[in-house]
Amino acid sequence: MWSLGPVGFAAPWLLLGLTALPILWILLRAVPPAPIRRRFPGVALLLGLSDDETQSDRTPWWLLLLRLLAVAAVIVGFAGPVLNPQNARGGTGNLVIVLDGTWAGAPTWQAKLDQVDTLLSEAALANRRVAVLSLTDLPTDDIPFAAPNEWQNRLLNLQPRPWQPGTPADWFAGRTDTFETYWIADGLDWEGRSDLLVTLETKGAVTVFQTPRQTIGLRPARFEDGQIIVSATRTPAGNATDTTITAIGLDPAGVERPLATVPMTFAAGDAAAETAMVLPAELRNRITRFEITGTRSAGAVSLTDDALKRREVALIAGTDNREGLELLSPLYYLREALSPTADLIDGTLEDILLANPDVIVLADVANLAGAESDALLTWVENGGMLLRFAGPRLAASDLGRMTEDPLLPVRLRSGGRSVGGAMSWGKPKTLAPFSPDSPFFGLTAPVDVTVTSQVMAQPDPTLADRVIAGLADGTPLVTRKFTGAGQIVLVHVTANAEWSSLPLSGLFVQMLERLAVSTRPATPDATELAGTTWRPNKVLDAYGRLDDGGTLPGVAGALLAKGTPGPTLPPGLYAGSDRQLAINVIGKDTMLNAAEWPARIAIEGMAAARETALKGGLLTAALLLLVVDIIASLAIGGRLRGPRADVAAALALLFLWAPDAQAQQADAFALRATSEVILGHVLTGDTQTDDIAQAGLRGLSQTLFRRTSIEPGAPLGVDLERDELAFFPFLYWPVTADQPLPSRDAYTKLNRYLRSGGMIMFDTRDADTARFGSGSPEGRKLQAIARSLDIPALEPVPSDHVLTRSFYLLQDFPGRYASRDVWVEAAPTDVTQIEGMPFRNLNDGVTPVIIGGNDWASAWAVGPNGNRMFPVGRGTAGERQREIALRFGVNVIMHVLTGNYKSDQVHIPDLLDRLGQ
Amino acid sequence: MKPLALRSNAETLAAPLPALLADAEHLATTVLLGDHGRRRAGVGDTFWQYRPAQPHDAARSIDWRRSARSDASFVQDKEWQIAQSIILWVDQAASMTFTSDDNLPTKAARARTLALACAILLIRGGERVGLTGLRLPPRRGEAQLMQMAGLLSQDDATDYGAPDAQGMLPHSRALFVSDFLGDLQPVEDALLRAADRGVRGALLQVLDPQEEAFPFDGRTIFESMSGTVRHETRKAGDLKHRYLERLAARKDRLRHLARTTGWQFQTHHTGQSAANALLWLFGALERRT
Repeated sequence: MWSLGPVGFAAPWLLLGLTALPILWILLRAVPPAPIRRRFPGVALLLGLSDDETQSDRTPWWLLLLRLLAVAAVIVGFAGPVLNPQNARGGTGNLVIVLDGTWAGAPTWQAKLDQVDTLLSEAALANRRVAVLSLTDLPTDDIPFAAPNEWQNRLLNLQPRPWQPGTPADWFAGRTDTFETYWIADGLDWEGRSDLLVTLETKGAVTVFQTPRQTIGLRPARFEDGQIIVSATRTPAGNATDTTITAIGLDPAGVERPLATVPMTFAAGDAAAETAMVLPAELRNRITRFEITGTRSAGAVSLTDDALKRREVALIAGTDNREGLELLSPLYYLREALSPTADLIDGTLEDILLANPDVIVLADVANLAGAESDALLTWVENGGMLLRFAGPRLAASDLGRMTEDPLLPVRLRSGGRSVGGAMSWGKPKTLAPFSPDSPFFGLTAPVDVTVTSQVMAQPDPTLADRVIAGLADGTPLVTRKFTGAGQIVLVHVTANAEWSSLPLSGLFVQMLERLAVSTRPATPDATELAGTTWRPNKVLDAYGRLDDGGTLPGVAGALLAKGTPGPTLPPGLYAGSDRQLAINVIGKDTMLNAAEWPARIAIEGMAAARETALKGGLLTAALLLLVVDIIASLAIGGRLRGPRADVAAALALLFLWAPDAQAQQADAFALRATSEVILGHVLTGDTQTDDIAQAGLRGLSQTLFRRTSIEPGAPLGVDLERDELAFFPFLYWPVTADQPLPSRDAYTKLNRYLRSGGMIMFDTRDADTARFGSGSPEGRKLQAIARSLDIPALEPVPSDHVLTRSFYLLQDFPGRYASRDVWVEAAPTDVTQIEGMPFRNLNDGVTPVIIGGNDWASAWAVGPNGNRMFPVGRGTAGERQREIALRFGVNVIMHVLTGNYKSDQVHIPDLLDRLGQ
Repeated sequence: MKPLALRSNAETLAAPLPALLADAEHLATTVLLGDHGRRRAGVGDTFWQYRPAQPHDAARSIDWRRSARSDASFVQDKEWQIAQSIILWVDQAASMTFTSDDNLPTKAARARTLALACAILLIRGGERVGLTGLRLPPRRGEAQLMQMAGLLSQDDATDYGAPDAQGMLPHSRALFVSDFLGDLQPVEDALLRAADRGVRGALLQVLDPQEEAFPFDGRTIFESMSGTVRHETRKAGDLKHRYLERLAARKDRLRHLARTTGWQFQTHHTGQSAANALLWLFGALERRT
């Protein structure tokens, strides 16, 4: 291809034609514009007059220039100019196009596919066999070489994956073919990349396509000092960059929305950035993920699991603290243990219950007021966790002595016991190992934890089940009872160090964690995960979108413990028995590195400029120039002024104003249709049918106006293709045998109309000759029309349908013909008639269609002079039938506009009965 | 144009006007009975005056009702009423068939309609109407109108028409309708001959709006209707001014001619309402000079 600057020409020899332009100039210049012949009787007066000037016998220079430009544009256009011509790469033999296919390439995936498409086109020119492979999604068997155009068809199936390639080098090493490689890289380094490069180089030449592009990854958020720390890393570290981080979660209405947004700035040259988010606990617990705003990549999304959730714990102590004795406060150790991992709430019990905390701790509280106790019980039954600690007050009270208190897990013996004190026998008791049923199983009880006093549980048949920790002598230390959805736990010692050294030990904190009073550390370790199976709840794709993971198989805990996403462990949210775990693309200390290529590898950027064929544009320009030339020539020749000028001006105006006029027309239509209630009829294209429908709706509108409070305006014909349907509550559609089917767009409009509560009344107007469903031409046409419509199941109008009583009481629905075959949306099958009630209780929506063939419009139709246009029946009976037809029309419009209001009125007697009237 | 259509058009145009009574001064020699009061006693139907009976009056002419109121005998005189003769000439040459717009009538159609409407009014008023050139001598009655419509509907092949001054009765009235775009000499001759014989009348110039406006531009070849006369110009727009000057000069000459011979002159455009022109004709033929 011969090129001139950025423009190449497919047929440069044609450009020689440009040399002919000067000749054309001379030729055109010599020819004056042709004269017009006019018949004009006044010519007698002109005889003998001579022209003053003689200049216009030559074409003016600017018109010449215009024509030459047009000709030049044609010549250049046919020479096949191409902007940014791509020189074909050529090459022979097999070709493998390798894509990294990781999440880092997701934002520019389309550009990569375009690049692959271009490469495939070139390969098609060079007759090469090609395979396109994504490293994250390698086939299991051989390299699937195929013709390039076949790959072009399959290209859209290639999708990036939200993980890094595994060990593609091994896979390629196992293949025996030789091939050239085009490697479309995402720009991120990954483990095994250099191995793969070496392997590929043994197969043939390697060319790398890579665009220098910054990749940003969002690290999992962590909780520190009451604020959420969000950090991100990037590569390559470049100039200072501002990004925003959005925290997304469910709002109280259950709708996912951004809950908070914070800016984050990468300092120039820094690879990492950090920002802090301070959120109220209520909001914080709602966060499900963080995103870097505006980046479509899995690396820019960080899912949160339970790690960020902080439980709200309310602490209530029975006694006021004695001033100055901080260490003796029943709540001191609880505060110390819980404050790093939970949000503590203080206050009175009523206030606390309003805040609906996760846990309420009652430390040595014996007596609760009746209302408080009831409210607390309700809270527990709704899923709250009540943690009680014993103490002198509990021991001294009669709570739970004779019967089991609903707010205590066990009955208590009065007084409790003390061991190992100065006045008692025995030694302080140590803890027994935790049994496998206990939530504390796995914790080791330190030997230095001793108990000197405790409250004792009354032996009961249920006691053994409720003990979750005991002392070495078998007496219960912690008991638990499930109530409703919640649980009540009693620790039989005090929450301070008065009765035992438990609060002083690390075990106390661990036990609180196990009881889910405080939040656990974020990542469970491998031993904890071993043997468990986790269910993928939500799965992240490479673009950072969350999909439902319900159909994916469960994942073994061991795999989860590694935390590296891969084909078997897509990043996402995994649910275990009692908690959720997030697997993110970027881990806590994942480092992003830019891919470095050795100097021997040729690296090409992505084709920034695409080939643009200029031929079409040039030929269009030539055409426009010629149009201008026509107008200019007419002007020169005097044909624009003169007797026919108005025609030319009108044509020009028509061209200029036509679209605008159409828009104005649509506006006028909308204004007309919405200023009043307007009944619409569908234009069938048959003038007579349309006129009758118009007249029919006019008659119905008049009847409505006279008899009801509906005062419709003049009816409008509706062109399904052009007009908006949403303005009409009701459309009458006379079906003719030869009307065209609506277009796809029109069907979309119709279905939207039907779903949004509009009603269409189909009238096949053939009830005199055909019954519903029999094959009249109109019936078949109706079937064809309705095939693509969203019409529900139908039934003949039942005798208790709301149409029979929405204004008049009717049982027949005649039009010009009196057939009973009128069909409406079927009532739900589970509605049965209640004994003694005249109607079934049908409170469904307005029927979207009424289908019949009674030619209602003809019965309703009035001419412009107010006379009925068509006879109905004979004599008085006929007039009666017309009256019923009009009443049916009134009922239909009432039904459309008031819905099942009349159906609801069925309940009025009941309501009056209940009101005692 | 078909004679019947022409007749009906003309009837429509003439319908709203009162019967046209042309002035009948100096018609003593055309002793044809007509309906024009001469403001003197004579033969007629209308009461003029009572005068004392003279000896030569026949007894049967005495008005006994008047005479009974006094001692003398009275005779009732009638007003002397006579009919006027009007001769029409309508240009039927090819130049009259021109129209610039399909919505406008040709000049010929407008001229014929006007002339025939005039004739209808005159005949209703009891006048005698005929065509120049001995083709149709003045007569009254519906049959005359039919004949006239037939003759007027004929077209002439020549480019420009010239009036024929033959057959004009002395002291009668005449109406010439043409575009007067051809040679003016025959018109002048005809008018002078008419003036010699004491004939008064009206000249109605019927022009197309385009002929008045000359809205042409660019390189143009103008041709007469039969194509015999042609003129080529390269910038028709430049000619407009001079054309309009010439047209104005022609109208001036016609007006001058009319004034010297005691005629009326008026220009009518086919774009205007025909009724206006008819009103003017009504006035012009009624005028006493």
